[in-house]
Amino acid sequence: MRRQLPFILVFAFGLFMIFQYFVPHESSERAYEFLLDWTTIIGIFALAVGIWSLVSVTIEKIKLRKPAWQYSFFTLAGLFLMILFGFTAKVDGHWGFHFYTSEGLQNPMFRSFFDYILTPIQATMFSMLAFFIASAAYRAFRARNVLATLLLIAALIMMMRFNPFLGPVGPLFEKTANWLLNVPSLAANRAIIIGIGLGMVATALKVILGIERGYMGK
Amino acid sequence: MTEALVVTGTNLGVVISLALIAGGVIWLLVRSLKGKEVERRVIFGFVLIAVSAPILFPITFHEQISPVVKAVFDKIESLPAGSTVAISFDFDPAMAPEVQPMANAFTRHCFAKGHKVVFLSIWATGQSLLTSTLDTVVRREFPEKRERIDWVNLGYKAGNQGVLNVIVSDLRKMYPTDVNAVPLDSIPMLAEVKAFRDLSLILAVGGGFPGPKEWVLYVGDPGNVPIAAGAAAVTAPQLYPYYPRQLIGILGGIKSAAEYESAMVDKYPQFDSVDKPGLRMMGPQTLAHMVIMMFIIIGNIVFFRSKRMRSQL
Repeated sequence: MRRQLPFILVFAFGLFMIFQYFVPHESSERAYEFLLDWTTIIGIFALAVGIWSLVSVTIEKIKLRKPAWQYSFFTLAGLFLMILFGFTAKVDGHWGFHFYTSEGLQNPMFRSFFDYILTPIQATMFSMLAFFIASAAYRAFRARNVLATLLLIAALIMMMRFNPFLGPVGPLFEKTANWLLNVPSLAANRAIIIGIGLGMVATALKVILGIERGYMGK
Repeated sequence: MTEALVVTGTNLGVVISLALIAGGVIWLLVRSLKGKEVERRVIFGFVLIAVSAPILFPITFHEQISPVVKAVFDKIESLPAGSTVAISFDFDPAMAPEVQPMANAFTRHCFAKGHKVVFLSIWATGQSLLTSTLDTVVRREFPEKRERIDWVNLGYKAGNQGVLNVIVSDLRKMYPTDVNAVPLDSIPMLAEVKAFRDLSLILAVGGGFPGPKEWVLYVGDPGNVPIAAGAAAVTAPQLYPYYPRQLIGILGGIKSAAEYESAMVDKYPQFDSVDKPGLRMMGPQTLAHMVIMMFIIIGNIVFFRSKRMRSQL
């Protein structure tokens, strides 16, 4: 029964969600929204599980002195300090905890941690891509065969359209780049979207019918 | 679609940087013709110069607005003053340099036209970035606009597309209060807005999941609400299948942000003095692209040369 009950629930709710979509009745809408609330609630529980998992893994890393264990202190400090700062604020001259409103977002430490630590860290990681892309472009973007040549030409045209030094040929690159985006790229994207959609339907059916049981764990 | 080159600031710095890059590329080309590969640190050095030179010696270009961006601009222009528009901040700090200029430009445009704006986020990191826009754009440039009369901040709500699925038909069910716990029923500008399908336009700024695509699937199509997207350059091509029917327009990457900022200055000269990060960032991006193109060409010269040498052996 421990294994059958989840299958029955998945089958029943899966079928309900399929048929509900085609029933434009108020009660059907209400039931659908009720189930969506569950999604949010489950998401919040998943967040709690995620935090617990992060804390336990990090503490274990410190205990066992695994490689780079010192950095784990920063992980824990970041996690708990941001939670603490996010819930505390100075309102009417008094510091206090604010669990239901957004005053914590104005906490100077919360803002500083976000603006001067998280934002530069993420922006730095993302901006380093420019260096790796340049290196990869030099080593990998080579006209080895017809398809690679097409990709190379398309990439050059797309980059050329941003170039202000091209003078009278600039608009030509702009038009060609727009054509690439609006015709071949669009067609490929649509095909991918349709393919993904069909794949999702097939996977959903497999889950509902109990063929795909990966969500059960082992 | 760059109309003309307008070099501002210290021209000498830009000229020196361009000369340095051009000279270096010629040197690399000569080395490549001799069959020598370019080291990775040399490539990194060139990118560093290409990106940092236009930051140290600013170079800006006047951008001509492209049709896909103009569609968004024209839509905001065509709405009658007092229309309610939503701007969703669905991004994180990594994406922010590219998409926050769009969000700021949308905010400026909506307020300049006299629209009422609903700010929200379905990304946890979006709320702080939204607060930044409120501080740097709304409160600084539009001090006369009053919170809950002209704009409202709904804040972040967990639940991804589940949130969108509900707010399209019932806003108060998911957001009973604004971010400061003020009940939505007591907010005058939302008196007529019972759901997001009552809005005149939704500007979904993001690029990941959930993002503009989810806004189309769960709000735009079921609620018949016009949606425009502001997305990172890498994700913009994935949104093109939805343009122009399901997305009225798309701003893809910093180039589109620069075009929008240019259009804003053309239409509203009072914004000429405000910070325009999109236009500022076009200089480094243009030079970096040129360097990358040079390396692609040099790489191919090395490749064909070595191929010919192998075939001769």
